[in-house]
Amino acid sequence: MTGQLTAASPPPAASPPRAPARAPAASGRLRAWATRAPLLPALVFLIAVTQLPFAATLFISVFDWYALDPGGREFTGLSNYGTVLSDPRLRSSVVTTVVLTVSVVLASLLLGLGLALLLDRSFRGRGVVRTMLIAPFLIVPVAAALLWKHALYNPEYGLFNGALAWLGGLFGVDDPVQPDWLSDMPLPAVAASLVWQWTPFMMLILLAGLQSRPLETAEAARLDGAGSWQVFRYLTLPHLRRYLELGALLGSIYIVQHFDAVFTLTAGSLGTANLPYTIYHTFYKAHEYGLASAAGVLVVIGSIAIAVFALRVVSSLFSEEVSGS
Amino acid sequence: MTAPAPAPVPAAPAAPAAASAPAGPPGRTVPHPAVRRARRRNTALGMLAWLAGIVFFLPVAWMTLTSLHSEADAATNPPSLAAPLTLEGYREFFATGAAGPWPSLANSAMASVFSTAAVLLLAFPAAYALSLRPVRKWRDVLFFFLSTKMLPVIAGLLPVYLFARNTGLLDNIWLLVLLYTSMNLPIAVWMMQSFLAEVPAALIEAAQLDGARLPTVLGRVIAPLVGPGIAATALICFIFSWNEMLFARVLTGVTAQTAPVFLTGFITSQGLFLAKVCAASVVISLPVLAAGFAAQDKLVQGLSLGAVK
Repeated sequence: MTGQLTAASPPPAASPPRAPARAPAASGRLRAWATRAPLLPALVFLIAVTQLPFAATLFISVFDWYALDPGGREFTGLSNYGTVLSDPRLRSSVVTTVVLTVSVVLASLLLGLGLALLLDRSFRGRGVVRTMLIAPFLIVPVAAALLWKHALYNPEYGLFNGALAWLGGLFGVDDPVQPDWLSDMPLPAVAASLVWQWTPFMMLILLAGLQSRPLETAEAARLDGAGSWQVFRYLTLPHLRRYLELGALLGSIYIVQHFDAVFTLTAGSLGTANLPYTIYHTFYKAHEYGLASAAGVLVVIGSIAIAVFALRVVSSLFSEEVSGS
Repeated sequence: MTAPAPAPVPAAPAAPAAASAPAGPPGRTVPHPAVRRARRRNTALGMLAWLAGIVFFLPVAWMTLTSLHSEADAATNPPSLAAPLTLEGYREFFATGAAGPWPSLANSAMASVFSTAAVLLLAFPAAYALSLRPVRKWRDVLFFFLSTKMLPVIAGLLPVYLFARNTGLLDNIWLLVLLYTSMNLPIAVWMMQSFLAEVPAALIEAAQLDGARLPTVLGRVIAPLVGPGIAATALICFIFSWNEMLFARVLTGVTAQTAPVFLTGFITSQGLFLAKVCAASVVISLPVLAAGFAAQDKLVQGLSLGAVK
């Protein structure tokens, strides 16, 4: 089986050790290695395929490297970083990334919370509603972006303007507003499509949280005369806190990196270029390898800051689970 | 029976009625006002949930409906719901390009299936080591796996691109297999670790006492127990690989193009091709929709990296 795998992955970067050698009971050191051995293929592979490119990015970032200029690659120290930090295009993409991430994560988290609360109670057809709600999350991101761009936002025949025209017709308005959504409000339009895709995910996490909540305390609180709001505010919400944090964290990880919607909906124009799009554009279209790498390194630094916080959250989620073992 | 008027009682008078519950309502067959109020509230909230479900599903339904219209009917304003259905959009989509979308669909299937298989082969032993026979500092290792997920892939893409260009691996589906494997490996290790943690250690010890070697223990004892978990992990890896576009866009061209990259060809399609665009989106999303609906329950656990049970 392992042989088949190595055949499937051509570059020599990761040639994982085979199944661990049987450890003679006598040697403790050998046994320790035998315990670790099953872990090593995955670990070696992951280090090779994810960490080496980052190291290379770090290396490239200190060169002035314009790919279309054949002889033009020279060491420039940290000047790329200075250029990146002072480039208005890159700075605005930092702002765009932050605005997009924060607004999408907050909106989808709040909507997801509302939907999770609605779905936590039993009603006729709950399974159907849940399935309908999950659907947006399962559409291929590029397909979702195309759907929003062509079938919903299109100013001439999109569903939104079609619905506005239809409503206008109902109320006898001859000339209903027909905004060109993507040109008139590019960033909110991108954000709306992402909120649509990510709300189901938040709902699923929060629903799992709601269904893991101990019911006895809520019952007791109700018997003591607590109202629905009080039960929610003082029991449900504190219980959900870790799930909200987890949703925010995972949502941020994915939205910060999100590329497909920006690429598809606006192609980074009209102030919607986020960092992934800008870096993609800098090396793939503008061929500024050094600059793109410096920007990439800065993104990594920013992400590490989030990751440190994130790992603490996950660690707290985790500590309860394993404290016994 | 006549006392509780059938007219919708506003909330204010109902409250004292609930407070005086011990007195008892006159008719036994009529539910207590508080119960009726709660039922009405439940019905209202149920309807609200239905409304929300429909609102969120509407774009998907709209996409499907539009894909079944002729181009002329698809591009009307206001939308026509009564237009006749046709498979024209799908026929057009499958006739796009020289060989249609088939090569790109096949590439996506290959990249997704092979990388998922590779992920499972690497992640299963790793998860075993991490959950059943904890190595020293094993939590740090687990966090290292997770941390690689938090680094933006875009920051490592340029060296990968240069490496591929210099080694002739550009436009090669196996490079995507390799990258998708690394992309999904951390998630898989985390998910499987959480599934494996639930396997009783005594069972494994017993098998080892019987002289079973590690591959046997993994394959014969543990795998059957965590089968559903492995299936869920596989589905999620498949979904992520199928959906991926940035790597595929940069690293593939004509021969190794995947379905999402094929879809990007429709980004600027103007005017007359709405039904075709929608048909394309439906076809390419279908495998993920099917996989996702099948794994609904496990989806959360997987996507939250096993942290939510």
